[in-house]
Amino acid sequence: MRERAKSWVLSLLLLAVLLFSWHLASLPKSGPATGMDPEYAKMMGLDKPKSDGLPTLSQMGATVRKQLSNPFYDAGSNDKGIGIQLAYSLGRVGLGFFLAALVAIPLGFVIGLSPVVHRALNPFIQVLKPISPLAWMPLALYTIKDSATSSIFVIFICSVWPMLINTAHGVSSVRREWLNVARTLEAGTMRTCFEVILPAAAPVILTGARISMGIAWLVIVAAEMLVGNLGVGYFVWNEWNNLSLANVIFAILVIGVVGMILDLLFGALQRAVTFVE
Amino acid sequence: MSLFDNPYDPNARLACACGRHSDRAAHEADTEALSAQALETAVLKALFPRDAERRRFLRAVGATAANAAIASLFPLGALQAMAQEKGKLEKKDVKIGFIPITCATPLIMSAPLGFYEKQGLNVTLVKTAGWALIRDKVMNKEYDASHMLAPMPLAMSMGVGSNAVAMNVATIQNSNGQAITLAMKHKDKRDPKQWKGFKFAVPFEYSMHNFLLRYYVAEHGLDPDKDIQIRVVPPPEMVANLRSDNLDGYLGPDPFNQRAVYDQIGFIHILTREIWDGHPCCSFGVRTEWVKENPNTFAAMYRAVLSAAAMAAGPENRTTIANAIAPANYLNQPVPVLEQVLTGKYADGLGNIKTVPNRIEFDPVPWSALGVWILTQMKRWGYVKGDVQYKSIVDQVYLMTDAKKRMKEEGIAAPAEMPKKIIVMGKAFDASKPDAYVQGFAIKKA
Repeated sequence: MRERAKSWVLSLLLLAVLLFSWHLASLPKSGPATGMDPEYAKMMGLDKPKSDGLPTLSQMGATVRKQLSNPFYDAGSNDKGIGIQLAYSLGRVGLGFFLAALVAIPLGFVIGLSPVVHRALNPFIQVLKPISPLAWMPLALYTIKDSATSSIFVIFICSVWPMLINTAHGVSSVRREWLNVARTLEAGTMRTCFEVILPAAAPVILTGARISMGIAWLVIVAAEMLVGNLGVGYFVWNEWNNLSLANVIFAILVIGVVGMILDLLFGALQRAVTFVE
Repeated sequence: MSLFDNPYDPNARLACACGRHSDRAAHEADTEALSAQALETAVLKALFPRDAERRRFLRAVGATAANAAIASLFPLGALQAMAQEKGKLEKKDVKIGFIPITCATPLIMSAPLGFYEKQGLNVTLVKTAGWALIRDKVMNKEYDASHMLAPMPLAMSMGVGSNAVAMNVATIQNSNGQAITLAMKHKDKRDPKQWKGFKFAVPFEYSMHNFLLRYYVAEHGLDPDKDIQIRVVPPPEMVANLRSDNLDGYLGPDPFNQRAVYDQIGFIHILTREIWDGHPCCSFGVRTEWVKENPNTFAAMYRAVLSAAAMAAGPENRTTIANAIAPANYLNQPVPVLEQVLTGKYADGLGNIKTVPNRIEFDPVPWSALGVWILTQMKRWGYVKGDVQYKSIVDQVYLMTDAKKRMKEEGIAAPAEMPKKIIVMGKAFDASKPDAYVQGFAIKKA
């Protein structure tokens, strides 16, 4: 228990150092302009103190409060609250991920059960796996001819590989004794699949799914910035246009927190299916 | 004679140009009817090269049946519907793409100021990340119409830089309104001859920005393909790149020139009106196929944008407009920045306040001479090779007569001739001799 308290103190200390260095970095360098034509100063926005670049902590706090106080506002087709933007992104990630699972898990089963198929498909998987999902974007836009579907496709293609490989690995490493027992009990192929292999491989499959979800969440932000559909990525891009770093930092924090929650969810799922031999 | 001509002017003609009508309006109404008929005549002539056959066919089936039969082969109905007055809208919900820059002012302000609504349209404006994406989304039919750079529809129609898709330019969105911005550290290098090795950005290859920057440096003896670097950077990212020292300058759209000044990153070297006063910049583009499928919706959209352009042309309205288009839903920029761009009273970044009322102007007519100039530059810098049918390409893409007609419908005065001659850095451009113009340049690729 004492160790736990120690780590908490250390975490808080780190946070304080971080915030303090932020505070130092964001101190306004240029005060209200002196000796400048007041009209010119006003046109330059220098009649009020202006920090160049990094927002101060209090500005940051105000931004966070403003965004969180009304996360679901809708001020037109290009200006929606962070809650709505998150919902768009999560929807896309969810759909792409679900489709990937639909393909990867059955295919992974086949690869895991049959060494021939494994060897046949392996070269393709090895070539396709390391391709950055965003590299698919131009091709997707050109062939699918729809930007919303293209970003879902990109999510699909990036989350399919970890799940596929993990499923195949989990299935092929199920202990032979269990399969032999199933055979002596005259269980059918389907029954063996669902009642022996699936539960045995579930922890490994879920590890793959967890990795996939992490990648998908990384990629959606980039895809939305590229294609500009509503979503967290679009929010970052739109505030970047306005050089509003406070909003960009806010979005970065939100992306981080949501990513962490998704990871925790999969962690819990994984623990639920883990068994002790 | 139009309503606004002075009847006491000894040089004004009270009759029309051909002399058979009492005034120019009657002449134009007549020529429109005639041109519609001329279209059908051309189709019938092509179908029946021998006149005797045509007459036999018409007598046998009757004129109405003949018309119906031919209309099933040729989109005569659609073409004629285009001429109809305010017909029923084929499509009420329209998606229009835009890049968040002041060039898009007429089509953006039409939403908050209710010009679309007045025409019965429910328009969704979609903010888009860059010009290549605009092109792709128009080609994918995700957008019904879009804000485009003036050269883009020409390039797309010719299939330069993408697959060929027939496009139309309904209106020019704005003239002037761009600037060359340089990084603060170059404030003593105002002579372009000192720019060797500079890294510049333009928003897109097929943009006035690219062609004007190339023209400008070439007039000062630099070869834009060898002596400087020109990169394509989406407008919103120009300021950030200038700050991070990735660029020495850019010829970009506003508000990003003024934004660089506002953030003390750069200064305005020159406004593009000093290169060519009255140059077009952005346009309102639509796929030709879409125009044929939705003639009435197209006409309604057309009228909305033209009314907006007419309002934007008035200097007294500019502050209202700046406030209407500043929110995050549209440009997402501070109002003072937009105000300086639109009113022309601005800080140049070097400590001076300048007053240039025509920093940005709104003349919506897509004059064909403008299109021809653009093509000459595409030819000059090797974007198109071989013989270019300048006039016929532009006439297919730029809907000059349509724009004038729709303006008349809305009671907006449409000038008969281009208000300003094309003079680029002191050199006059004759649209009837494009090839000679291209050959006349010392620095070129073609």
